[in-house]
Amino acid sequence: MARHVTTQRRAINSAAAWTVALMLFFPILWTVLTSFKPEAQAVASPPIFLGFDWTLQNYVDVNEQRDYFRYFVNSVIIALGSTALGLVLAIPAAWSMAFVPGRKTKDLLMWMLSTKMMPAVGVLVPIYLLFKTLGLLDTRVGLVVVLTLMNLPIIVWMLYTYFKEIPGEILEAARMDGATLKSEILYVLTPMAVPGIASTVLLNIILAWNEAFWTINLTVTDAAPLTKFISGFSSPQGLFYAKLSAASTMAIAPILIMGWFSQKQLVRGLTFGAVK
Amino acid sequence: MGKITLHQVRKSFGEVDVIPGIDLTIEDGEFVVFVGPSGCGKSTLLRLIAGLEDTTAGTMQIDGREATHLPPAQRGLAMVFQSYALYPHMTVRKNIAFPLKMAGMTAAEQEAKVQHAAKILNLTNYLDRRPGQLSGGQRQRVAIGRAIVREPAAFLFDEPLSNLDAALRVTMRQEISELHQSLKTTMIYVTHDQVEAMTMADKIVVLNAGRVEQVGSPLDLYHSPRNLFVAGFIGSPKMNLITGAEAAKYNCTTLGVRPEHIRVGEGPWQGVVGLSEHLGSDSFIKVEVDGIGTINVRASGEIGVHHGDPIKLSPDMDKLHRFDGEGLALK
Repeated sequence: MARHVTTQRRAINSAAAWTVALMLFFPILWTVLTSFKPEAQAVASPPIFLGFDWTLQNYVDVNEQRDYFRYFVNSVIIALGSTALGLVLAIPAAWSMAFVPGRKTKDLLMWMLSTKMMPAVGVLVPIYLLFKTLGLLDTRVGLVVVLTLMNLPIIVWMLYTYFKEIPGEILEAARMDGATLKSEILYVLTPMAVPGIASTVLLNIILAWNEAFWTINLTVTDAAPLTKFISGFSSPQGLFYAKLSAASTMAIAPILIMGWFSQKQLVRGLTFGAVK
Repeated sequence: MGKITLHQVRKSFGEVDVIPGIDLTIEDGEFVVFVGPSGCGKSTLLRLIAGLEDTTAGTMQIDGREATHLPPAQRGLAMVFQSYALYPHMTVRKNIAFPLKMAGMTAAEQEAKVQHAAKILNLTNYLDRRPGQLSGGQRQRVAIGRAIVREPAAFLFDEPLSNLDAALRVTMRQEISELHQSLKTTMIYVTHDQVEAMTMADKIVVLNAGRVEQVGSPLDLYHSPRNLFVAGFIGSPKMNLITGAEAAKYNCTTLGVRPEHIRVGEGPWQGVVGLSEHLGSDSFIKVEVDGIGTINVRASGEIGVHHGDPIKLSPDMDKLHRFDGEGLALK
């Protein structure tokens, strides 16, 4: 009897999980399908699910109108650049907070996270003016800096959580064994923190890749990444849904593929403190 | 050489005096056990000696050399931690060789020392495994191996057996004692388990609330506890502590009688058997004695008493402990 209930419960849970997953995935699936439709069928009512005339024309048109590769390169540079700069700043910060905490460390962490609760648009004007004065508008350096600052609280928090998981006794053992601070970091801490650092890197690349508010508002052409590439197809001549979908698919494909291959690492990293 | 001297060593965390000031001398080659209830400051004292905590005041010498402010690595001590603190990403070989690598030894020298330590500790077949692939006892041996290769002036053990099961604990206890006999190096061992303290130590330091209650050989502490705390802490089962009119008959405030120093049969104390545990070799009996209260008795395994039986007890008069109103032993 008990077993019967369990099986039934499992079936219900499974069905619920699949429903939620499909609901979440459906917009992406619809975008991808639309990108292969002729413009007329893309806006057909009722919508056509699979029985349309498959075409690659949208991809050809999109590439003719705009140089996809240039946007792609900008996205890569901005995502990797802000991640690298973020790590350089966050590793020492998280290290000192985890291993030599002060009385106010917890407050400091909370304060850092609270900056993420403020709507970005609230500081758009001052940052825009600052960028204008410093000549950083529409530059990759400017975007790397602003995205680093946007994601820094999350990187510090994640690294802090991972470092806290490393038992202090192991570091003390290294100290007893004659390790200098440099050897302690190089031979003991870093190898042990690699999984945590890796998932932080992955998450930050995804966040930076997907960031649209700053990348759209602070760029025009030179430093414009893929988010700008998509938004470029949403205006002047009216909406072309199929082309917009093709542009979106091309913009999200690299990060989706990366996410697919690294999902194990990501899940492990994000649940690090929760399940030992 | 591993003589360690502490002079008025004090440690405070903020307002709290964890160790209010300790004087202690540990002779070269001695096996010293710090024992006391949790929170008594024994681990803190060990960490002060290791250099993992800074002393608030006082001085410390290791081998006659001023060591109060030396960093851990320069004190010439090796420590075995409660959690073993092995490096999980390194093989057993690399774990044991780590301190040698830090000391700048060549690969050949490292390998020779690792092999030697592995042989002593029966780890030769496990050198290429990672700590995660070893049992608790094997991990403990690796931690000891990592300490041995440094050839330290003294070994520091911080409750090293508390994560092991009861059977393994007995085996490892004997192994550590044998190791001490073969290496003849000073060992300082922290435990809350008085059985470990009694069986391993040359000298026991009983700590309570950061203060040294008594220092002496295990049998010194057993036969002549300096005060009520030591009397109650050393010995298993615990000493019976009797107050009131019965104690007054012996001209003291508290009368102490160990359970093994009470004879069953005839005697002045009359009572009724409560709980009795028959272990085969021994029997532990709780007796409700008229006018005194509950008395624990350790009797021979053959004794045939059961719950509710009337019983008479007599304490060994020459093995009584008498304490004054301040809890200090009376001569």
